[in-house]
Amino acid sequence: MERPNLDYIKEISGGNEEFEKRFLTIIQNEFPKEKTEYITQMDGDNLEESATIVHKIKHKLGILGLHEGYRLAIKYEEDLKYGDTKLKDEFNEILTSVEEIISNIA
Amino acid sequence: MKSIIVDDEASARMIVAEFCKGVPNLEVLHEFPNALEALKYIRDHHVDLIFLDIHMPKLTGIDFIETLQNPPKIVLTTSDKNFAIEAYQYPFIVDYLVKPISRQRFEKCMTKLEMAFAASEEIPIVSKQENPEEDLYINIDRRLIKLKFSDILLIEAKGDYIEILTLQKRFRVHSTLKKIKDKLPTSRFLQIHRSYIINFTQIIDIQDNSVLIEKSVIPISRSNRPELMQRLNLL
Repeated sequence: MERPNLDYIKEISGGNEEFEKRFLTIIQNEFPKEKTEYITQMDGDNLEESATIVHKIKHKLGILGLHEGYRLAIKYEEDLKYGDTKLKDEFNEILTSVEEIISNIA
Repeated sequence: MKSIIVDDEASARMIVAEFCKGVPNLEVLHEFPNALEALKYIRDHHVDLIFLDIHMPKLTGIDFIETLQNPPKIVLTTSDKNFAIEAYQYPFIVDYLVKPISRQRFEKCMTKLEMAFAASEEIPIVSKQENPEEDLYINIDRRLIKLKFSDILLIEAKGDYIEILTLQKRFRVHSTLKKIKDKLPTSRFLQIHRSYIINFTQIIDIQDNSVLIEKSVIPISRSNRPELMQRLNLL
C-alpha cells in the first residue's frame, strides 16, 4: 500500500518550516473530523452526504501524496452518488493509514 | 489587487493564502469558510478577485456566483474537474484550479489574471447573458411536452419519479430531482428541501419553516433556509 509523504506540503511551504508545522496541525485537526463525519454518514446510509465528505477527504489524499488513494476516492465519490459502496473497504483502509501517519507526525 | 478566499476547508484556504503571499500587488483581505459570509462581506467591501471553492455546504460556489450582481474576477478552486465547462460560461471566471494546486499551476493562473485584468481595462465589460433557454421539454408517453420555466411552480421528488406542478396541470416524469435541477435556471429555481425544488418567484408567503406556492405548502429544510432567505428581497 502506498505511504503518505510530505512532498506537496514542502512544495507549498518553499522550505518554511513554521508554515509546514501550522499546515500539518490543520490537517491533523481537519482529517479526523472529516473521517468521523464520513463514518457517521455511512452508518446512517446517507450516501450522497458521504460522497460530499469523500470529496473533501480526496483533497487531503492529494496533499499527502497518495496518488492511488486520490484516484480511488474520485471513483468512490462518483459510485456513492449512485448508491454503490463496493470500494468502501479499500477506502476505509486508506483512511486508517492516513490517520496513523498524521497522528505520528510531530 | 484585493482578493478574498472562500473555501470550507481551512487547509485549502491556507494553501491559496500561502501562494498569494509571493505575488506582488496581490492582497488577501479576508478568508471565509462559507459563501454566505463572503456574500455579506463583498456587499460592503470592494474586491477585485475571489478564489472560490465550488463544493461548499449551504451555498455552493456556483450558486454564490449566480447571486453576484457585479462579479469581480473569479478563480475557481476545486477537487472536481466536472465543472470546468460550466465554469467557463461565466466571462468573469478567469481560471479553474484543480486541488491540490501546484505552485507552478498557481503561477500560471497569476499570469492569466494579469492578462484578464489588462484586457478588462481595454474592453468594455459584457454582462453575462441570460440563459437563452426559457423552456424545458419533458417526455410523457413518448411525447415531448414543452414547459415554460415561468409556468413551473414546483417540483417534488416521488421515489423514481418527479412531479412537476405548473400553472396549468401536474406532470409525472420518470426522473430525479438532481437531473431536473441541473436543467433549471438558478436565477428562478431553488431546492428548499430534499424532496422539493420551487420556483421562488411564485412564492406567496413564508411562514415558520414552510413556503406557500399557489395552494401547496412546502417544507423548508434547515440547511436550505439560509440560501432561500439570501435570495429574497427583504425589506
